[in-house]
Amino acid sequence: MPRLHGPAERPETRGEPMIDRKEVEHVARLARIAVPAEELDRLAGQLAAIVRYVESIQGLKLDNVAPLSHGGDASDVFRADEPRPGLSREDALKGAPDRTDDHFRVPRVLAEPT
Amino acid sequence: MPSSTAVEIAKAVQSGARSAVDVVSERLAAIEKIDGRLGAFLGVDRNAALAEAREADRRVKEGERLPLAGVPVAIKDNLCCVGYACTCGSRMLETWRPPYDATVVARLKAAGAVVIGKTNLDEFAMGSSCENSAYKPTRNPWDLARTPGGSSGGSAAAVAAALAPLALGSDTGGSIRQPAAFSGVVGFKPTYGRVSRYGLVAFASSLDQIGPFARTVEDAALCTRIIAGRDERDATSADQPLDDLVAELKTPVRGLTIGLPDEYFGDAVDDDVKAAVTSAAKALEKAGVQSVRVKLPHTPYAIPVYYIVATAEASSNLARFDGVHYGRRAKGAADVGALFAESRREGFGAEVRRRILLGTYCLSSGYYDAYYDRALRVRSLIARDFSLAFGQCDAVLCPVTPTPAFKIGEKSDDPLKMYLSDVLTGACNLAGLPGLTVPCGFATRDGAKLPVGAQLIGPRWSESLLFRLGRAIEASAGVVDVASPLAEEVR
Repeated sequence: MPRLHGPAERPETRGEPMIDRKEVEHVARLARIAVPAEELDRLAGQLAAIVRYVESIQGLKLDNVAPLSHGGDASDVFRADEPRPGLSREDALKGAPDRTDDHFRVPRVLAEPT
Repeated sequence: MPSSTAVEIAKAVQSGARSAVDVVSERLAAIEKIDGRLGAFLGVDRNAALAEAREADRRVKEGERLPLAGVPVAIKDNLCCVGYACTCGSRMLETWRPPYDATVVARLKAAGAVVIGKTNLDEFAMGSSCENSAYKPTRNPWDLARTPGGSSGGSAAAVAAALAPLALGSDTGGSIRQPAAFSGVVGFKPTYGRVSRYGLVAFASSLDQIGPFARTVEDAALCTRIIAGRDERDATSADQPLDDLVAELKTPVRGLTIGLPDEYFGDAVDDDVKAAVTSAAKALEKAGVQSVRVKLPHTPYAIPVYYIVATAEASSNLARFDGVHYGRRAKGAADVGALFAESRREGFGAEVRRRILLGTYCLSSGYYDAYYDRALRVRSLIARDFSLAFGQCDAVLCPVTPTPAFKIGEKSDDPLKMYLSDVLTGACNLAGLPGLTVPCGFATRDGAKLPVGAQLIGPRWSESLLFRLGRAIEASAGVVDVASPLAEEVR
């Protein structure tokens, strides 16, 4: 659910932690990380404390400020589109936790049709 | 008396006065002697180091001129180095061996340097104390009860304990400058785009930059000159002219102006830390550098913005660790979704998981505008603060950290408390600026003599200027002549 913050709102009056165990479960699903049930409450508390701290940016007036995504020179960089030697297939597969011939092997992705 | 510098070693090996094999054997023996107590290294391969040393000797004999002939370098274990595992301090990559050298490693080897080992770090460079390594903590060579800082704590400790004259680290929010300050060595984060990051395991791509640790400013300048420059394998590396950073050290600093930002000298900074940095400013004044007060009013927002931007980028970068192509894979997963989730639970430590979740939260539907987008706008204001300040001064001088090195365990239970140790270093990364730590004095805590660092931050591409100012501070502070207690044992 979106939370909108007016510029006049003072972060320290914003009250209770906004992250509960349901929220952690949701975010963990998005991040593809299994979180054991007994860790959910502690993580929720820690994340809530950090989020409360970063809330201080909500008080700034930013309507006329452009976002800065990095400190470098923003431009696309292209190289010549020419074939060149790359990593060999064998080198690329060397770190594979499981493989079959020339492929990475993973468990089933789609279920059998019933 | 401190151990030899990189410049001294290279000169001796190039002239035939010493062999690289002799230099490297001596440092390997030093590692053997004290690293059990220090914990700076995760991987040392004696045979590989000696083979590289023999190769350096052979090249010298054949008449090659090698600016780092026979110089041992320690490499942070998030930089790819053929023949070594690249663990990133994580169980996720415990056995992963990269198939190529990072560009910085290749450039050091081409210059005659010898990789002496891979150094400890907070897992995936996330931390400020080296306590978040999945393998072991690294200790501070000035006081073994304290942290060397982080995340590049192993590299800082290795140089401070004279186990290597040079080391490489990476700096996303202070991970070179803060451990350099805690460990009493020089540490440099170059301008964003100055050094290729090909072969650096990515944490936050808009902030990460690789840089050197050294005992002297001259060694740091030499190493920077060698690793810097455009690399077509990193699209963010820039084709920018670079001075001969070592020769330029001779150019006097007289007539330059430094700015002292009020916000970096506030109540949160210990008095003796402020005093040491103020004495560095006085030393510069004696050398003819004017100092003025400047304002960087958005400084209080640097840490909030940093922890939104860095975790958001990390949540995306670390998505690649899924148990499919390399790294740890959970056993017995029924389907591919469970394979991802369980491999990531097993492979990542608590802090890495916490940051991925925080970053995912800040980017998730409904929160993106309130957190990530707003953070990027505040980031503009932080960068603009510096641009305005550089209208009044050539570079900013300030403390690196609010305190000297803290004790192991002191902050490890409270993530937020740990994050605040980056309070004086994060803004520099957000703005893409170069930042240099130079030891400038000492502070005593519980009877231990602990180093204090001064931080110089300049406009983009001002590497040469920062090294010149750093050299002037170094010349007056006298810290460079004092070796850490551990270094005394192996010099």
